[in-house]
Amino acid sequence: MDRRTTIKWMLAASAAIPSLRSFGYTPEPLARDVAANQAGYGTDPELVREWKPGGPWPLTLGVQARLTTAALCDIIIPADEHSPAASAVGVVEFIDEWISAPYPQQRGDREIILPGLVWIDDEAKKRFGKTFAALDQKQKIAIADDVCSPAKAAPQFATAAKFFAKFRDLTAGGFYTTPVGMKDIGYTGNVPLEKFDGPPLEVLKKVGLA
Amino acid sequence: MPFISSADADKNTYDVIVVGSGAGGGQTAYTLTMDGARVLMLEAGRRYDPAVETPMMQNNSEAPLRGASTPEKPFGFWDATIDGGWNVPGEPYTSASDDPARQFQWWRARMLGGRTNHWGRISLRNGLYDFKPHTRDGLGFDWPMDYPDLAPYYDKVEMLIGVYGGDDDLENTPRSSKGVLLPPPKPRVSDLLVQQRARKVGVPVIPMHRAVLTTRLDHARLPKLLHPGNAKAQAILAADMQKRSACIWATPCGRGCSIRANYQSTTVHLPPALDTGNLDIVTDAMVRAVTKRPDGKAEGVIYIDRKTGAEHRVKARVVVLAASALESVRILLNSGVANSSGKVGKYIMDTVGAGIGGQVPLLENLPLHNEDGADFGHLYSPWWLYKEQLAGKLGFARGYHFEFGGGRMMPQMGTASGLEWLNGGTYGRKFKEDARRYYGSFVYFSGRGEMIPNEDSFADLDPKVKDKFGIPVLRFHWKWSDHETRQAAHMQKTAAEIIQAMGGKTSSAPQAGDKAIKQGGVIIHEVGGAMMGKDPTKSVTDSYGQCWDMKNLFITDGATLCSNADKNPTLTIMALAWRASDRMLDLMKRKEL
Repeated sequence: MDRRTTIKWMLAASAAIPSLRSFGYTPEPLARDVAANQAGYGTDPELVREWKPGGPWPLTLGVQARLTTAALCDIIIPADEHSPAASAVGVVEFIDEWISAPYPQQRGDREIILPGLVWIDDEAKKRFGKTFAALDQKQKIAIADDVCSPAKAAPQFATAAKFFAKFRDLTAGGFYTTPVGMKDIGYTGNVPLEKFDGPPLEVLKKVGLA
Repeated sequence: MPFISSADADKNTYDVIVVGSGAGGGQTAYTLTMDGARVLMLEAGRRYDPAVETPMMQNNSEAPLRGASTPEKPFGFWDATIDGGWNVPGEPYTSASDDPARQFQWWRARMLGGRTNHWGRISLRNGLYDFKPHTRDGLGFDWPMDYPDLAPYYDKVEMLIGVYGGDDDLENTPRSSKGVLLPPPKPRVSDLLVQQRARKVGVPVIPMHRAVLTTRLDHARLPKLLHPGNAKAQAILAADMQKRSACIWATPCGRGCSIRANYQSTTVHLPPALDTGNLDIVTDAMVRAVTKRPDGKAEGVIYIDRKTGAEHRVKARVVVLAASALESVRILLNSGVANSSGKVGKYIMDTVGAGIGGQVPLLENLPLHNEDGADFGHLYSPWWLYKEQLAGKLGFARGYHFEFGGGRMMPQMGTASGLEWLNGGTYGRKFKEDARRYYGSFVYFSGRGEMIPNEDSFADLDPKVKDKFGIPVLRFHWKWSDHETRQAAHMQKTAAEIIQAMGGKTSSAPQAGDKAIKQGGVIIHEVGGAMMGKDPTKSVTDSYGQCWDMKNLFITDGATLCSNADKNPTLTIMALAWRASDRMLDLMKRKEL
């Protein structure tokens, strides 16, 4: 990272202070700001071409925030016998794209995600003296167990649980839309067929329709 | 030279100017040019070519934000709509009320083919009752025609565009003539479960009618039926039908279809019309007003070239407005014509929309199989409580139908999100198991119902606001009556009963009607504003869309509809446009235009 970028991040971090402070967390150089006048992809974007995160608008997450994002995605969607972990299929870049987008929904989500990333690193440091990404699996689980259920979370974790739920939705959306994610979840469509046969007999039997 | 510049259009002479290129404009231009009329079509948006611009087969990870909707692409990134939505930059509209319940949301698509490029392709006929609602229950207005007047045109449109459906013949839900429809797609497992369990709630479930080619069109048979005695039209249509593929049972219809397996004006109406050599199209042509000759007849229109800002005037024997119901209303109001009745802008209607979703354990973890089908809408529930309603037992006067769906559709942002209401909130291996378990086990029901026209729902010109072209904009006034809000509540309550009968639970509780009902305009079935009728003092046009005050001015979009039956209006708009165009041809031949 060059010096100019570093300075930009520092400035961005100070600009982000009001929203972070409202959550009661100490800010650090976390992410560049989304410019107030940042354009979206417009009302007539080219559709028949490949789009990648960072294309329509700049990504903004800082290095540490990306590490935390990757660690948290992979706690939510780890590798198993069906598919790799979320971070292995571009979900970190996707979340960065999402919270860097200039639209109202995404700007709102950014106000949940960025303070949440700060909180989870602070919590990790408080409990185990390391950032979240540097924790071992057991330590990560100890934190995740406290915040994974909005309904069951203790009052002091209520805000963090809302962040976790939002982060889980973004991780799942980012993951299950990829080819490996679609295969894992059981989507077998999007292939041209000569004819559409409807459900096989074994399916109808299972539901009691045959 | 089919696509021409403004400068060329100024030089040419035409029989008919058609404003708009969607369902109404496309059908009008098709019918007129196939029978030899010279037509100039003006489209406010840009030229659009589905053959090369349609994102076929892309998955959502190839789109920004995984394809999620944004204010710039309200139906998601891959949706076919260009320069469109409820907000079009530089082209505002206003609302007379600050109360969201009294506001109307106006959808527009500024592109060749308009909203036909992305629409749901649901193609339902109005029935016998739908043309005489006032006679039946004393509310709203009767049409100046009956079902048998329009039935042959429904047949024609269905044969031309290709509509799948069943041959059910239920109360006020007419069947098409034999040999008109294409076979319906096989139901999905969730469809069949809905069908089985809805029966217990008394709700019928039959094949949907949608403009999707489940088989290729019969190019040897249909052109002869559609254009008897017109060898040139038959040859053009037969050749064009052979260029349309059948559905490949993949990739959502809302993106448009590069292989022309569903109906869009740009893939079905415009190609044969252009092949006649009788159609010229100017795109980026924003019509401001209809101009008047000294004798009181329409002279032509004034439009603004969106790219240069220059104003142009074109003339023809006949002017047709098919700019979408409310854009046509706006043009009429800005022209100050055809309004001796004072009814222009009055009685605008949308469709009543309310829905509810749920999760059904029986559908969990089913053996994997491809459920894409024809995108959605294999089956639906037509309105079934006509007798109870007429007997005053329901508390609302008009019916609705259910569109419903489920199954393992292409994953998108919402696919495995918000599962907390089912699993409490998990992560890790358990979350991945839950995602597999619940995927495909959800069903949703969208009620789509009839709104009765009322005195409080209308559009006029905003006295101050103009768009970026300097054209005065519409101001909307809106109010649902108890008929609509009670109907919306009935939709949610009934859908919840079906979900429960499937052994499932709803993701939210049914609401009171004023909470359940979607905002006016959200269903994008806006019609009315220039109603047809029998009495020139109480209507704007006759049953052919011919303006009482200006005999060579016709309206062939949804503006003339006297009621907005729960049947989605596009098929009716096309049938009316074909009938109106036949009338124009007849009157032109008789030199009465």
